[in-house]
Amino acid sequence: MQQEVVLAMLAKEPSQGYQLRARLDQALGPLGEGINAGQIYVTLGRLEKAGFVAREGAATEEADRKAYVLTSAGQERVTEWLNEVSWPRPDLAEFHLKLVAAAQAGLGDPIAIVDAQRRELLRRLREVQRAAMDEPNGSDAGLLLEGIVLRLQADLRWLEACERTWTDRRRNR
Amino acid sequence: MNRSTETLVRARGLRREYGRGESLIRAVDDVDLDVATGETVAVMGPSGCGKSTLLHLIGGLDRLTGGELWLADRRVDRLSERALAELRCRQIGFVFQAFQLMDELTAQENVELPALLAGQSPRRARRRALELLERVGLEDRARHLPAELSGGQRQRVAIARSLANDPPLVLADEPTGNLDSTATLEVLRLFQALHETGLTLVVVTHDERIAATADRLISMRDGVFVDETRLTGGTGGSLADFVGLRGE
Repeated sequence: MQQEVVLAMLAKEPSQGYQLRARLDQALGPLGEGINAGQIYVTLGRLEKAGFVAREGAATEEADRKAYVLTSAGQERVTEWLNEVSWPRPDLAEFHLKLVAAAQAGLGDPIAIVDAQRRELLRRLREVQRAAMDEPNGSDAGLLLEGIVLRLQADLRWLEACERTWTDRRRNR
Repeated sequence: MNRSTETLVRARGLRREYGRGESLIRAVDDVDLDVATGETVAVMGPSGCGKSTLLHLIGGLDRLTGGELWLADRRVDRLSERALAELRCRQIGFVFQAFQLMDELTAQENVELPALLAGQSPRRARRRALELLERVGLEDRARHLPAELSGGQRQRVAIARSLANDPPLVLADEPTGNLDSTATLEVLRLFQALHETGLTLVVVTHDERIAATADRLISMRDGVFVDETRLTGGTGGSLADFVGLRGE
């Protein structure tokens, strides 16, 4: 879990760890299942050390009952993060080179490699699509799932192009 | 689903050719297909691969050039036009990309129509239509004309219509081709619900989302099946794993 995500979830209001967890669950739906509460507390600890968050309330209270609050440095970091333009890079080059290497060395059939990959992506799409079908229209998690569906569709279309090209090459050899 | 292993559609050596001599086109070229009762099969392939022709052959909308076709153990490729029309009306529901609703009829009247054509009484046809509209979540749109409905709603009316005579088989040709992502989800949910009632569904599509939710996916190129995948069974990981949300 990226630190900035936890930090930004805290920007709404001072919150305890379980409240952050609830906010993440709401936004991620079934995709949030992989996140455990421990991760959130570990991240909060790091953020505290870095001076981005502080704990509210009297020192006598039990530590895990205290609300975390953004410091001004934390506030600044959140604003910065929101305005950063970053985007996950799809790593297609590795797969592409796999096909090239397999064909050049005669080690494997590029088309069989594409087929295996295609099946795996279709299975993923099936699971994501099922999860999307279970979400009510317009939910936060539904919107995220739609994004994942669209990316998988794009990857599947590229695999189709790979299959076409490698099939043609085999024919013309 | 292993509710039943009975075969509903059986095709052997299915062929459809157009033209002759030099310009002969084999749109469907010697295809064998078995579809089990209750199964959802998706056929995917590029435009012109023959998938729509295949669907039309199975549905009796087009005649075979060669091969044999059975529907629920009844040989259908030799039926007379009249018997074929009867079969299409009672045994098969059709869903098309462009919905094919009658513009001047209300949603309810559109859904009633196949039942009336099959000789049902108007009262029964009406009751059935209202039931079906409820099933697709459009009971409050019964009196609307197609033009007053969204694309997704029109397709749901078309799906309700396809079920008017309780056919065991529904054939769908690019059912989400004209729909946005929300409407596509609604159609997929509906297909899923129908699948759970034991309906047999054959869908030809470009849409990976439909293909991925089918029991079986067939890839078609140049009139022949080139690949077949069963998608039931899980992936290696959980959702959170393959979108990169899990830990570090």
